[in-house]
Amino acid sequence: MFSKIIPELGHFALILALLMALIQAVVPMAGTLTRRPLWMAFAKPLASGQFLFLAIAYLCLTTSFLLDDFSVAYVANNSNSMLPWYYKATAVWGSHEGSVLLWSLMLGGWGFAVSQFSSQLPRDMVARVLSVMGMVCVGFLLFVLITSNPFERILPNMPQDGADLNPLLQDFGLVIHPPMLYMGYVGFSVVFSFAIAGLIGGRLDAAWTRWARPWTNLAWAFLTVGIALGSWWAYYELGWGGWWFWDPVENASLLPWLAGTALIHSLAVTEKRGSFKSWTLLLAITTFSLSLLGTFLVRSGVLTSVHAFANDPARGTFILVLLGLTVGLSLLVFALRAPRVSHSIGFTWLSRDALLLVNNILLIVMTVTVLLGTVYPLLLDALGLGKISVGPPYFNALFVPLTGLLCVFMGLGPSSRWKQMSGRELFKRLLGAGIAAVVISAVAPFVYGGEWNVWVSLGLVMALWIVLSLGRDLFDKLRNASNLGIGLKRLSPAYWGMVVGHLGLAVTIIGVTMVSNYNVERNVRLAPGESVEVAGYTFAMQGLRERRGPNFIADTATIDVSRNGEHRFTMQPEKRLYLARGMPMTDVALRPGLLRDLYVALGEDLGDGSWALRIQFKPFVRWLWLGALLMAAGGILAVVDRRYRRVKRRAQQPLASDTAGFKEAQA
Amino acid sequence: MNPKRKQRLMILLGLATLAAIAVGLVLYSLSSNINLFFSPEQIAKGEAPLERQIRAGGMVKEGSVQRDKESLDVSFVVTDYASDVEVRYSGILPDLFREGQGVVVVGKLEEGGMLRAGQVLAKHDENYMPPEVAEAMKGKMPTETLE
Repeated sequence: MFSKIIPELGHFALILALLMALIQAVVPMAGTLTRRPLWMAFAKPLASGQFLFLAIAYLCLTTSFLLDDFSVAYVANNSNSMLPWYYKATAVWGSHEGSVLLWSLMLGGWGFAVSQFSSQLPRDMVARVLSVMGMVCVGFLLFVLITSNPFERILPNMPQDGADLNPLLQDFGLVIHPPMLYMGYVGFSVVFSFAIAGLIGGRLDAAWTRWARPWTNLAWAFLTVGIALGSWWAYYELGWGGWWFWDPVENASLLPWLAGTALIHSLAVTEKRGSFKSWTLLLAITTFSLSLLGTFLVRSGVLTSVHAFANDPARGTFILVLLGLTVGLSLLVFALRAPRVSHSIGFTWLSRDALLLVNNILLIVMTVTVLLGTVYPLLLDALGLGKISVGPPYFNALFVPLTGLLCVFMGLGPSSRWKQMSGRELFKRLLGAGIAAVVISAVAPFVYGGEWNVWVSLGLVMALWIVLSLGRDLFDKLRNASNLGIGLKRLSPAYWGMVVGHLGLAVTIIGVTMVSNYNVERNVRLAPGESVEVAGYTFAMQGLRERRGPNFIADTATIDVSRNGEHRFTMQPEKRLYLARGMPMTDVALRPGLLRDLYVALGEDLGDGSWALRIQFKPFVRWLWLGALLMAAGGILAVVDRRYRRVKRRAQQPLASDTAGFKEAQA
Repeated sequence: MNPKRKQRLMILLGLATLAAIAVGLVLYSLSSNINLFFSPEQIAKGEAPLERQIRAGGMVKEGSVQRDKESLDVSFVVTDYASDVEVRYSGILPDLFREGQGVVVVGKLEEGGMLRAGQVLAKHDENYMPPEVAEAMKGKMPTETLE
């Protein structure tokens, strides 16, 4: 009997969470304005309560999925009694309503985390930050309850069975890709709240950046992993071996990532040198606004994509209003308060400050070009000027050279000094690295591909320049230590975070360069007994058989792969038909490797026993995602730096030296 | 002018120059890389340019898909129930490509009104209709397929 009312319980919990968010948005902020500690003290328990009730609502929806309660419309549309239990649990975020609920749950979760790890923050700061987070949460919970209630019932004519989860989403990649991505999107709400709170309170000192930085890096790391997982999922799930399509939805996640990357670097300057304050604040606002814009683009149905679940104009309008309010109000606060917090600190044109400024400008230019290419078709359409689409050539033509330019400065940055340094010194330090990078990348295409390829050389020189100049910097730092162990110990986690993060980008660039230039793709027609050679491997079709899965039937091909006449392994690509929706799906056979992937996808049955096959040889494709993981690891490593945990002690002993232990800390 | 102001002025000038270059490049790339969308009716009327990459969309006409016996060449007709366009493609069609389903085709129009496709897109969800196609079909669709 109890199980019948679970969706209603979830709905009530959601309403309670909304009420708590409302109080959290208003009372602590009012407390800071009227200087009432009691009102400010509302913030922390409310953040916990809000998270608790959101978690209850979320668990109720999950339970409805697990119990196959098809009287709930959302469950009926996205689940099926034949679905394995783990996909039932993850189908919660398989479509719009549940995704927004997950979004809200994570927002509550970040707020809860801030309330738990904020003991070193002044009370009024906590009150303001949580208050702003409460406002964001009110917006999203209203959105859920008004336009996208996942607990809506279809009564009395409930369906016998559900319509099933979209087969593309029945996969491990989906299980982790959206949560990671949302953690990133939503995580930027924390630094956004810190920025607004700092503006309102007029407090933006080094302590403020030390509070904001760990949250920003963490959110950025989640977003990095989320984007990489999306790319990896598209690679093996969509069946044609692409890893980035410049699809508007991908761009929607790339935009906050680019702005967030600029933000974490700008925060470094603000912490170290106290400059770029207004800029940092503006970036914090921009990054979160771009997260919201991404949500709008994906959720409003204005885009054509796998992610565009529903075309409900009310939802699009709601998010657009939410976005407008967020951007408008935060820019208003910024305009009113920023002059009070900013003051400029000089630096010369050859200094780490200046190089990071260039880095920021380049990243913002990249953000703007991607934004233009993504939004331009929508604008034209909205103005009735015709339907166009902007293809990958546009993005490649702008993004690739800008990345190259960015890499040049990335090589200089770590070896440079704050405030000022002599050009000759920088030149002397990095000349070796530069020459080595050029020589190695000029020779590498001959060694790997047998002939020179200018694009490969250019791509590699960027990556090697980053790696070798980092190596040189590391060498310089260790050279003066009495022994290697002591030298290594002296380097802070923040420094290692920078090294690992930059290495990650270099690894990704190598992956992109190699797979773009040495990819081999062949579309062939094969009947059992026939074979084809691709990139030195012979693929022999042995035969086809039918197989039954839990909720699909599949044609499975068996393909023997041999090299130099020697049998290596067997690959089994499948064409599946998911029964509930009658939807066909390609299940790719992959042979992954660090230096190359073999990729076989079954196309269509061409009659007369032969099938279309897409066979690909993808060199270094794993490096793409490996690099992204390294970048995320770098972001997290930078957070564990002990200065972020020492703040509390220092707050108690205000006279403690501010410089101890900070010498090696970097961006 | 004091040095601080001078530096700020330099930053602003640099930013403005960079922004101008960036916008110029963006507009240039946009103008050479946008793909206009045409419905079969517009193509039949001769509104679409030849030898330029365009997008076209509509329904795959029932019974129009013909495969070559030896290769992966395939031809089919895309219709908006007002006009038809013949499309030729070589390669593997997407999973959700079916007769009577909406598709978007990216390719170049050749003399005689045949579209040589480099890419055929059928969307990931069987209930989903690309908005351009829905627009192109508006008012033309036979009532029985309207749901």
